[in-house]
Amino acid sequence: MSTPAASDLWQLSVAEASRLLANREISSVELTDACLERIAAVDDRISAYITVTADIARQQAADADRRIAAGDASPLTGVPMQIKDLLCTNGVATTCASRMLAEYVPVYDATAVARLREQGAVMLGKGNMDEFGMGSSTENSAFFPTRNPWDTSRVPGGSSGGSAAAVAAGAAPFALGTDTGGSIRQPASFCGVTGLKPTYGRVSRYGLVAYASSLDQVGPLARDAADCALILQAIAGHDPRDATSLPDPVPDYSAALTGDIKGLRLGVPREYFAEGMDPGVRATVTAAIDQLAALGAEVREVSLPTTEYALACYYIIAPSECSANLARYDGVKYGYSYQDDGRGDVDMWEAMERTRQHGFGPEVKRRIMLGAFALSSGYYDAYYHKAQQVRTLIRQDFARVFEEVDALAAPVSPVTAFPIGDRTDDPVRMYLVDVYTLPVNMAGLPAMSVPCGFSDGLPVGLQLIGSHLTEGHLLNIAHTYQQATEWHQQRPGIPHRGR
Amino acid sequence: MPIDREQVEHIAALARIALTDAEKEAFARQLSDILDQFEVLQTLDTAGVEPTAHVAGLDTVLRDDEPAESLDAEDTLLNAPRRRGDLFQVRAVLDE
Repeated sequence: MSTPAASDLWQLSVAEASRLLANREISSVELTDACLERIAAVDDRISAYITVTADIARQQAADADRRIAAGDASPLTGVPMQIKDLLCTNGVATTCASRMLAEYVPVYDATAVARLREQGAVMLGKGNMDEFGMGSSTENSAFFPTRNPWDTSRVPGGSSGGSAAAVAAGAAPFALGTDTGGSIRQPASFCGVTGLKPTYGRVSRYGLVAYASSLDQVGPLARDAADCALILQAIAGHDPRDATSLPDPVPDYSAALTGDIKGLRLGVPREYFAEGMDPGVRATVTAAIDQLAALGAEVREVSLPTTEYALACYYIIAPSECSANLARYDGVKYGYSYQDDGRGDVDMWEAMERTRQHGFGPEVKRRIMLGAFALSSGYYDAYYHKAQQVRTLIRQDFARVFEEVDALAAPVSPVTAFPIGDRTDDPVRMYLVDVYTLPVNMAGLPAMSVPCGFSDGLPVGLQLIGSHLTEGHLLNIAHTYQQATEWHQQRPGIPHRGR
Repeated sequence: MPIDREQVEHIAALARIALTDAEKEAFARQLSDILDQFEVLQTLDTAGVEPTAHVAGLDTVLRDDEPAESLDAEDTLLNAPRRRGDLFQVRAVLDE
């Protein structure tokens, strides 16, 4: 492959950029400038970024070029990235797309961010998202919605919608997102990029602004599985600052990409093809599973009978944890604080209630209220305790199936990207978009979204689900599929300004 | 399970969120719709099922008790809405 023109460098994958940087055929400064120009050219129509950190990016790129020249490079040295605005970045505003944290500037990096910085990755800016990660469309950002690069009248999915849209639009070679109920996989599916939610505890949650701590996990969004392997390699591993992070050693994920899945036992859970599914999604995902069979997988139908309970289970447990976690926003230590302009007519409790009234958006309030209710006296046993028991049954369901098969294949979402505004007035209809991603979080499993085709011109994602700590295995299935298909290489033609 | 306006006010008080009348109406309707979706859980027999604590089974993680640097006062107070010297300034907690 010849070296691409400087203005086209934004099109490079992470692996391609890494190789060209290491061979000193391109510089990180050139690559970073190309990405910043791409952001300037398209982000007025996509709105994938809350903050663009151009000066920091150029500085980090120059540092990376010096490291490469000194022979001190890692695979991600000099490669630009976007960071979801839910992950703390030292000295750079971390808003969580909330009025509550609109001016919050962390004094430390999230561990995942710190590990990427140590590798010399270059931060282009912070990605838009649903407020505090609560949503499925990025319409719950307090600032502005992000638009799907494939059709700018539609949502990019959520909550990591800015991350998925940026990668799809070429406005970042990769992005770091978070997934609590599908927030990496569902936007990856809607935007036609590859996303990985690691096993719960595989990546440290330190510096991830907490939403639902037993479910939250950091992971990559990129063009393909090989890129996700490089990024996961950098961020995975135990962290003494997160007691729930797993002590297990981190394998070589790129070495797992053998391109061979002969004899793989692949389960297809029948409950993930229920009524109400978009027929185009069904046909596309079914064709992808057929292709995996042609590549050597032994496909068999399996059953996960608790699937229908996962939605209710999630919308009790996640809001309960949310109501506890977000109790910290009291207007005292950091964040928005209601002020009475010195009149002194508002007491401490009222100031706190008004801080939370004005600082939080509707969906965040809805989930705090739901959680406060599920945890309240008289309802705790019927809701929260019951949901935690059902969660055990969901985990047992998966454990039983993984005795028979090595991995599961299913749709990411029953639908493709929907029009902006289509579901905002009906929370239950919005929640149903994540019906096939939530069970994975309940069980803490690793899962991916892999582009597998289009329905009416909109991307469809194939979901691959594995048992705990089988990320290498999932990445290899995705990689093998991507070696045989070109869906992940399709790029949207973003309409010109003023259209 | 239907949630009425009075219950919404009770929950909002627990959550320390002030609500407008319009928000109270909307939340009563929406929370009722969402709770209806939860009814399905009551059809599952969970007698004797242990609730999940950690999905990978980590239990009582301990670390060595080693002193280490923590944030200095300036960093800690950097985002404080109101401060007085090296202190967070808050409204009166006790009545006069």
